[in-house]
Amino acid sequence: MNKTYNFAFFDEGSKREIRRATLKAIAIPGYQVPFASREMPIGRGWGTGGLQLTLSLIGKDDVLKVIDQGSDESVNAVNIKKLVSDTTGVRTTESTADASLIQSRHRVPEVPLQRDQILILQVPLPEPLRNFEPSEQETKKLHAEREYSGAWLMLFEQIMKYGIMATDADHPVMVHDRYVMAPSPIPRFDNAKLDDSEALILLGAGREKKVYALPPYTNVSSLAFDDYAFEIESFTNHACILCGSNDLFLDELVDGESGETYFQCNDTSNCLEMVNQKQISGVK
Amino acid sequence: MGYVAVKGGTKAIEESIKRLKYERVKKGTAIELHKIEAGMRGLIDQVMSESSLYDQTLAALAIKQAEGNPEEAVFLLRAYRSTLPRKHVSRVISSENMKVERRISASFKDVPGGQILGATTDYTHRLLDSELEQESDISIQDWLRAFQDENHSIENQDHMGDLNHLPKVLDYLRSEGLLAGCENNDLQPGDVTRKSLEFPSMRSERLQILTRGQTGAVTSLAYAVIRGYGALHPTVGELRVGQLPVHLDHPLLDEGQEEDSYYIGDFTATEVEMLIPLTVEKDQGKKEIEFEVGYGMCMGQNETKAIAMGILDNCLEKPNKEFPSHNEEFVLYHIDSVESTGFISHLKMPHYVTFQSKLDSIRKSKDKTTEQEVGLHE
Amino acid sequence: MSVLEVPVLSVKQLNKQYGNGCSTCNYMKLGKVTKNYCHECGTVYACRGVTFDLHHGEVLGIVGESGSGKSTLMKSLYFDEEVTDGDMYVAGFEDGKKNLFMESAQKKRFVRNHLMGKVYQNPILGLKMNFSSIGNIAEKLISAGNRHVGSMETRGAELLEAVNIPIHRMKEEPRNFSGGMQQRVQIAKALSNNPPILLLDEVTTGLDLSVQASVLDLIKGLQRDLNISIVLVSHDLGVIRMLADRTLVMLEGKVIEQGLTDQILEDPQHSYTQQLVHSLL
Repeated sequence: MNKTYNFAFFDEGSKREIRRATLKAIAIPGYQVPFASREMPIGRGWGTGGLQLTLSLIGKDDVLKVIDQGSDESVNAVNIKKLVSDTTGVRTTESTADASLIQSRHRVPEVPLQRDQILILQVPLPEPLRNFEPSEQETKKLHAEREYSGAWLMLFEQIMKYGIMATDADHPVMVHDRYVMAPSPIPRFDNAKLDDSEALILLGAGREKKVYALPPYTNVSSLAFDDYAFEIESFTNHACILCGSNDLFLDELVDGESGETYFQCNDTSNCLEMVNQKQISGVK
Repeated sequence: MGYVAVKGGTKAIEESIKRLKYERVKKGTAIELHKIEAGMRGLIDQVMSESSLYDQTLAALAIKQAEGNPEEAVFLLRAYRSTLPRKHVSRVISSENMKVERRISASFKDVPGGQILGATTDYTHRLLDSELEQESDISIQDWLRAFQDENHSIENQDHMGDLNHLPKVLDYLRSEGLLAGCENNDLQPGDVTRKSLEFPSMRSERLQILTRGQTGAVTSLAYAVIRGYGALHPTVGELRVGQLPVHLDHPLLDEGQEEDSYYIGDFTATEVEMLIPLTVEKDQGKKEIEFEVGYGMCMGQNETKAIAMGILDNCLEKPNKEFPSHNEEFVLYHIDSVESTGFISHLKMPHYVTFQSKLDSIRKSKDKTTEQEVGLHE
Repeated sequence: MSVLEVPVLSVKQLNKQYGNGCSTCNYMKLGKVTKNYCHECGTVYACRGVTFDLHHGEVLGIVGESGSGKSTLMKSLYFDEEVTDGDMYVAGFEDGKKNLFMESAQKKRFVRNHLMGKVYQNPILGLKMNFSSIGNIAEKLISAGNRHVGSMETRGAELLEAVNIPIHRMKEEPRNFSGGMQQRVQIAKALSNNPPILLLDEVTTGLDLSVQASVLDLIKGLQRDLNISIVLVSHDLGVIRMLADRTLVMLEGKVIEQGLTDQILEDPQHSYTQQLVHSLL
């Protein structure tokens, strides 16, 4: 543990201040609370928003899991995990069920979250209306007045151009029928997991200096039209080459030698658990 | 299988960090901090200014660790700065009390108090000096002794006047009625490091972001302004470089009095007051020219940046939809070194979940188009 | 009182000033000003005590030179700018009993989205140039609560057809269109959710004469078919003569004369109106 810095890197005053912003965010689901985002020892855009939330909340008894694009072992996830454990000494895990704090970039874990867990999502661009209106001062007004024509219009334009809502990740959601929110670049597949979640979900944007939240059991619905339903990514007729799952989010991979396409679970720790379970039941 | 690009991270990171250290030390010689402090004033001043942390030794350490890359050095210091509790706030520093080392005005040839060239590269010929290759500690010390003797005799002549209280060019213009007076604004300034910026911003917040801005970014935007992508034509009213004293109030006394305060040291700063002519319409379409002031202040000797800051300060006082340089969101959101370099470099991170999602969308829209075409042919 | 007698839109004592005023211009009481401008503090009194009613199915013309305050008036009516003081009542909002200028931004937006349409002199203000033409129309429909792509597409196509934009161009962005076409897309957008009130601000200014005529014909036809109430601002008395039932003449922020358009054209009372009418002949 690195002793030259305070527990969890920040001074206590800074942690309290971030927690105050977080409390406000929880009190107003989906509303982007500005906060005095600190400069962090990792790059802006590399998860500083999520990291600040994690550091401000973490206590000695917490168990931390960090994932990046579904993987516990990706360099960025490892790097963040290392920074937090170096400055706090808390236990880390790869098992979703064992973690009390989960920081994630671009995925919600496949294992359903529990009521005593907190999921922290890293957010690059928190403003769902930004492509419609570049000015922060203006988008703030639009949120205040619940004027979301712009969000719908962007989807309408896609339908006119491509025949479908051509959003990829980060498909906007309506939170508790009040705020339109960017769910961070999670795949559309994960949007449903935000709805009525048992766990508290926090979203942090470090560079853009915003925190927002989905308290447990919040209604979250993906924007869609009456005659154009919201569609998730489909992996029809494909299954994970390792664990055989066919109802989870898969990565599409190409075998370097044969040139063939194959699919594999994106959530690597869950995949491993599934494989292990199979082997155990196979042994029996 | 080829699925290892972003796995096995722990080991890969350790090896990468080792490799980085190798690159830093591979020539087999260590550079000592005091040497960086002694010989890299320009870089130290730039790094302190962009970090908004005034400490030459820490700056030297950051420069060493970053192998002289200012973007990395600023990043290190800013991250360190985040961990420091804010224990005291200094008394208001009045820049009239600067111990001036250099002071020029482009507006007046014979400015009260005189032009003081001080240390500047402005009139050096930019010819590589091969003698520096041979420079040694001994040759430096010899030169220093000679310089001090010479200086000593100059000081004895005592014709320099009081460098601690030089009159300001702006005060002269005010006394001549060419510049409107302005009231002291004693509002508590905002603090952009403690509260996230909201628009419209306060001037104090704008000045803080400008002074912390990346030197190149601030300079480029101000250059764009005077080249035509902006609406002002400034001159340097006065530029000063010198030492400003910092005083703290006694922590236990409520109403801090100046005589009870503690002097904790000086810091070097560059202060610039830009004059910007402005046409104002008076009675019956009669036009008059008045001056406005753009203010620049940077830690250390950072003259170009301070001038550029003065230009942008005035631009942002006069919002103008025609030019992004007059738009506070455009300027203030994009000049910070840590923010811009962080977000640009984050593009190196894997984005394969988002990419998979995009693939899905593209395939579906292709299916849709084919469907419609088939429909048309039927 | 029958429905027809209740004005669709009623404006009372609307004042709009730019600047804080000072002791010389005596704030709103207007001591020493030239035209509507105070030389001491630079305050401009753009609208001064403007009062009028707009009745069901009526076209109300507002004529005046540039700087007379007519465009500021239109901005105020559509909440593009906040008024200094005054009242505005709209029949479709709270039975026409609440002063809209005192309502919240949300309520104002509701009125804009559901009860009004506006066509700007400059199409850049009324259209999103980088969205499709059909998208521009849909924006207004979405604002009014529509969430059905098919119905919005049908409605948009119908409107574009009504304003003579070829249907095969409906997915094109208006920035590719000529000035006259852009104006027609704006009109289609303004009409999309059948607003009872339409605001037209110098809609034909800057267009070629033949295009002007076709846009004016279009407005006249639509007004007759839809029986919509229109406030029409123009510096061109010819446009006013062609469309307006009743006319207000504005000068230096004030309404100096009003009456039936025919009456104003034939028997102008104020010397400025006389001059204006004279120049038309």
